[in-house]
Amino acid sequence: MTATKSFGDLHIRPSLRDMEQVKRMVVKSAELGFRLVGITLPYNASLEVIEKLRKICSEAEVDFATRVDLAPKTSHELLDSLRRFRRRFELVSVLCTFKSVARQAAKDRRVDLLSFPASEPHKRFFDNAEAELASRALASLEVDMAPLLLLEGFQRVRLLSCLRREVAVAKGFNVPVTLSSGASTEHLLRSPNELVALATLFDTASERALEALSEVPFAIVRRNREKLSHDFVAPGIRVVRGRDCCLSE
Amino acid sequence: MRRRYLAIRVESEGSVNRGEVTDAIWKAVGQLFGEYGASQLGMVMIEYDEQRSHGVVRCSHKTLPMLKASIASITKINGKSTAIRVLRVSGTLKALHKKYRFRQ
Repeated sequence: MTATKSFGDLHIRPSLRDMEQVKRMVVKSAELGFRLVGITLPYNASLEVIEKLRKICSEAEVDFATRVDLAPKTSHELLDSLRRFRRRFELVSVLCTFKSVARQAAKDRRVDLLSFPASEPHKRFFDNAEAELASRALASLEVDMAPLLLLEGFQRVRLLSCLRREVAVAKGFNVPVTLSSGASTEHLLRSPNELVALATLFDTASERALEALSEVPFAIVRRNREKLSHDFVAPGIRVVRGRDCCLSE
Repeated sequence: MRRRYLAIRVESEGSVNRGEVTDAIWKAVGQLFGEYGASQLGMVMIEYDEQRSHGVVRCSHKTLPMLKASIASITKINGKSTAIRVLRVSGTLKALHKKYRFRQ
């Protein structure tokens, strides 16, 4: 099952102040079978930090994707943040804690991942309307597993119930789902098979869970890298020869 | 009844003994699937090497997904941050040892 697929974990959240911890988490991710990791960075992450992370990941033979988590309070704030940060990060995730933000994020093609607060079910706005907007844009529904591991009792029951409904809605509207660890320590990291096992708790079939760990994350990163490259014009159109090339002929 | 054998590795901040691992798995099963689910599991800790933190757990083949999900959901044993990894699953103990070379 795992031999033929490459897996990606788009959300690991190590403390960037402790590069040893970052290294441990990246090495553990590689050991667990991931070939791509998305590490959450602050808005103002310096190039030096990004280069350090790139080096750590390259030593562990893991592809590194830069990621920013936006948590705007209004749709205007979201648009402003997207304008400022979209071209600086390979992955943009929006934590939707307000309905207006959720709706704007779902229809904006600059948003890659839609996430919702785990412990506040009334703020999980991934319903049919949200899914329909997301299906016309490019956003995926992100399911972080760390809250599922950390919550207990009734809170976990409610989270599982919400996830079951949201994943079913996403399937109905062909919205891609990504499974991520959302881990802040190496003990919260889980292997692809373990994430698939956990996904069965909210009625996600193994094939769909594997897709959410392999095809979907790689497709998002590939698409964004293409967009962020200098020769990108529009989807499917890229500059193959510059002005200088034409003049020299 | 067909059975499945799982080779596991316990990754913890400190050392944990066989009883603690077994209790943690039963607790996780109980939390996720309740007493009814736990009664269907037929889980037994076959062996556990405390030095290497490796072990073998047996369950019924029908309840394998339940056990895998329960094991993956464990984050703490006796207050110590822990993750239990399932390394291999096999239909017989002999094949598990052959595949995983647990005894080496």
